[in-house]
Amino acid sequence: MKALPVGDDALLVEVSSGDEAQALHAELLRRRAAGELTVREIVPAARTVLLDGLSESARLAARLAAWEIPPVPAPVEEPIEIPVRYDGPDLADVAAVWGVPRDEVARIHAAAEFRVAFCGFAPGFGYLTGLPERYDVPRRATPRTAVPAGSVALAGPYTGVYPRSSPGGWQLIGTTDTVLWDHARVPAALLAPGARVRFVPVACG
Amino acid sequence: MTDRALSVVRAGALTTVQDRGRPGHAHLGVPRSGALDAPAAALVNRLVGNPPEAAVLETTLGGCAVRPRSTVVVAVGGAPCPVSVDGRPAPWGAPVRVPGGALLDIGPARWGVRSYLGVAGGVAVEPVLGSRSTDLLSGLGPPPLTDGAVLPLGRPAGPPARVDAAAQPGPPAELVLRVTLGPRDDWFTADGMRTLVTRAYRVSAASNRIGLRTEGPALTRALRGELPSEGMVLGAVQVPPDGRPVVFLADHPTTGGYPVIAVVRAADLAAAAQATPGTPVRFRVVGRR
Repeated sequence: MKALPVGDDALLVEVSSGDEAQALHAELLRRRAAGELTVREIVPAARTVLLDGLSESARLAARLAAWEIPPVPAPVEEPIEIPVRYDGPDLADVAAVWGVPRDEVARIHAAAEFRVAFCGFAPGFGYLTGLPERYDVPRRATPRTAVPAGSVALAGPYTGVYPRSSPGGWQLIGTTDTVLWDHARVPAALLAPGARVRFVPVACG
Repeated sequence: MTDRALSVVRAGALTTVQDRGRPGHAHLGVPRSGALDAPAAALVNRLVGNPPEAAVLETTLGGCAVRPRSTVVVAVGGAPCPVSVDGRPAPWGAPVRVPGGALLDIGPARWGVRSYLGVAGGVAVEPVLGSRSTDLLSGLGPPPLTDGAVLPLGRPAGPPARVDAAAQPGPPAELVLRVTLGPRDDWFTADGMRTLVTRAYRVSAASNRIGLRTEGPALTRALRGELPSEGMVLGAVQVPPDGRPVVFLADHPTTGGYPVIAVVRAADLAAAAQATPGTPVRFRVVGRR
């Protein structure tokens, strides 16, 4: 674990895997809730957690090295279920990359349990991990100018659901009616870092 | 509708509602947003007797014009510009009483980019996640102003400041940005690092609320490949594949995959927000890890 200073009041804590980043994130949230850590933003990402708005970043950087980071705590709540019609335009391409028949994509995807590793790109857009590494897929060579809201998509090791229509280069495998982001709702984001998710296949209508 | 409102007569090139933004939601992919020249926004609020968190209007180069439905006290600051009420010149950088139905015109910036209009009571559009700021990256908050739009105003909190004029910084001949190196300076060659701190850049016309883009020598990378996405801070100097540094401003993305070579001191970002395209830019190292 390495803490890199970012300007005067932030630290980027780097770890060696996505799992370690999720464990570190959970530990940082626990310490903040316990009043041991005062920080404005805790932003997990692929291999790092950013602590932004720290009053004594140098002191924390020195202390961090000695921290014991327990593994991600066992879940207490049921996973969030997202019903999906596996009807995306890139199903055949994904099936080809995976080397499986087209119908298998839905079964494989829906069998996995996912975890929101981090958010970014747009409010409420989560980068979900959970598929075995052999199912990594490349982004599309040419991004689409408009991906519809509710598209369930794959890129690299991640699954994501587009909270609203936006340009995007991910492989579209399905569609959901679930509202990922609604700023009039509390909480606005359905998926926050650390949340567990299952995709539930529904008939394509 | 209440008579405490502003009608937008001329929206200008890009005029947005801004307050201190919505920090604390970066982990959900929500940019901080907020006034780019925060000291100027705070000053116009003070001049009209508002608390610092009241929402103001931020114009871009061309100003804007509004008509209050009832008499209000306003103040214009940030980029200096002509101010008029029903065609008669009014002071910039000081409280001005605008009668109901009169036309308040904020002219084009004489220098700088962004002028701020503070109105007693603040612009009272519906907040989103605790902020009324327009976020141009993610589309949160009210849309940019359009001609004919009506903006509700809040109740005045206190009397306007008793000043004739408030001092504000003059135009920088050169934008000097003090930076702390890192966190990803090791992704660049020694030559690239030297280039950053010794060569002159210019503000690119492609700059916006998301980032101050620069034109100048490309910074050479020591490490190829892709950086896994990581959290980004305000003032981060991100270097995209073309090698020209981009300084992240208030609407910056919360995560990014290009290396951040250095971070600009927060105190220098107001000047960055007022630097017109073509302004020379220098990066000066003040801290090293």
